[in-house]
Amino acid sequence: MTGKTLAEKLIGSHTAKGSASAGDVVIVTVDYTFSHDAAGPLLIQQLNQLNKIPSGVDKNRTVFFIDHAVPSPTKELSNDQAIVRNYALDNDLILSDAGNGICHQILAEDYLSPGDLMVGTDSHSCTAGGLCAFGTGMGATDIAIATKLRKTWLRVPESLRMNVLGRLPRGVFAKDLILKTLSILGTDGATYKSLEFDGAAINELEVYGRLTLTNMAVEAGAKTGLVKSDARTKQYLKEVGREQNWKEIQADEDASYESTIDLNASDVQPQVAFPGSPANVKPVSEAKDVRVNEVFIGTCTNTRIEDMRIVAQILKGKQKARGLKLVVTPSSKKVYMKCMEEGILETLLQAGAMITPPGCGVCYGAVGGIPADNEVIFSTSNRNFPGRTGNPKAQTYLGSPATATATAVTGYITDPREFM
Amino acid sequence: MVGRAWKFVDNISTDEITPGRYMGLRSNLPELAKHTLEDARKEFPSSVRQGDFVVAGRNFGMGSSREHAPLVIKMCGVTAVLAQSFARIFYRNAINIGLPAIVCDTTKINESDQLELHLSDGVVEDLTEKIKLTFPPMSSTMNAILSEGGLIAYVEKHGDLVLS
Repeated sequence: MTGKTLAEKLIGSHTAKGSASAGDVVIVTVDYTFSHDAAGPLLIQQLNQLNKIPSGVDKNRTVFFIDHAVPSPTKELSNDQAIVRNYALDNDLILSDAGNGICHQILAEDYLSPGDLMVGTDSHSCTAGGLCAFGTGMGATDIAIATKLRKTWLRVPESLRMNVLGRLPRGVFAKDLILKTLSILGTDGATYKSLEFDGAAINELEVYGRLTLTNMAVEAGAKTGLVKSDARTKQYLKEVGREQNWKEIQADEDASYESTIDLNASDVQPQVAFPGSPANVKPVSEAKDVRVNEVFIGTCTNTRIEDMRIVAQILKGKQKARGLKLVVTPSSKKVYMKCMEEGILETLLQAGAMITPPGCGVCYGAVGGIPADNEVIFSTSNRNFPGRTGNPKAQTYLGSPATATATAVTGYITDPREFM
Repeated sequence: MVGRAWKFVDNISTDEITPGRYMGLRSNLPELAKHTLEDARKEFPSSVRQGDFVVAGRNFGMGSSREHAPLVIKMCGVTAVLAQSFARIFYRNAINIGLPAIVCDTTKINESDQLELHLSDGVVEDLTEKIKLTFPPMSSTMNAILSEGGLIAYVEKHGDLVLS
């Protein structure tokens, strides 16, 4: 019998049988379900339709977030948020209200542990894999069922192994690694698969970087992205006060992968995704003449405290370029408060940044710095599909927080190694 | 029922099907549907007719998990989405809300061709080109969900979430 991949282990442990193999279609129990203001009203409508089915809702494991458009800019969005807020309050479910932070960041900080299986109404639920929890995004109807019955059905995915050798050079980050991966796989190279990251460079990567990698697994079409649970995972859980929830999990050595792609981290340069697709990736050197009108440092992809420290290190004592808008949106209240304690807010404000409350910000195109017609926005987010940042006449480039910060200083897309 | 083909390119994202800037319309689906696919083909929402088909290339529906994307396509009266491949979440959502999402070779279909779907036979007929495109059957669970008209009806029928 061959060994198991991470996906097979995490899904298998949630089946009645206790094990599963790629290709199996299985019913799994879920440890957490969540929704948010963008999908919650539809999910609640579906939940209310299911009134003939006995409820198994677990009040301690059903989380509602208000994060996608905060503070609400319109009465329509306020009404949707009120539906979500009131439903959570009336049913005594967990509510992470506006200002607390982005769902994926809060789930990592406060809820998820290695080995968990979580489903939510957000495609970036795969972020959970950075903690070796199986997370996958689904629509409102699937999550309504999973919330009510505490189970869902899954086809166990084949796994694609990214074997990342070497070590990341100075000025090159997990974001550059995942953009490089997307340039290899394209936007459907991992469709239906589990994208599992392994190798020497991943062993060295702290959890904040692993969360960046797994966050963007869905941009290659993957069902989830996963990294093993090791001493670095334990350290992260210790920092967030949940060390007792740690357990070691790794793929078996004889696990069967659909394919393995070797990538040498030592050769990776800072990467930039050009407008239209997160897989439209080139080295930063090929983007250096692009003039930028707005820099957005935010989202579930980046803006954990480690990202914010890099931003502050580059920005310390400098000013943003004249005429450029610099918008910084910390991913959670805890990150925001740490930025305050460490003097990062002062550095940002003195450089001319606008700091907005924790949430999804302009990534979603509904709030928080929507670009003007024909403007160029450089973002640390995960998507730059046409119209993504709220204006189909604007262009969105993606890159690391370091590249974004260097770009904010010069006003042109800039290699961060010039500042490090 | 016969409908016309609306052709779309590869990699149409959910941000083009139902843009985030219209997030405030999500509790008003008829209004949201007036913007369906407008960022990909501006004339689509105003000119699409009951029974028409969305015919795309690879990886249709990539990106977000918003179920509003297949919902508004269905509300426009679209019979089915045909594509060479689908993004995973869109595909699952489409079946869950009762919108057929069919994987077939769409390269032979041209804009405005007259199409007819024979779902249980696994055939799309292009009456204009006079060709029949076959497609493999869906997995048994998805087929059972679609046959019931969606996941809610399927679960209500069985009183539980079961595999077919």
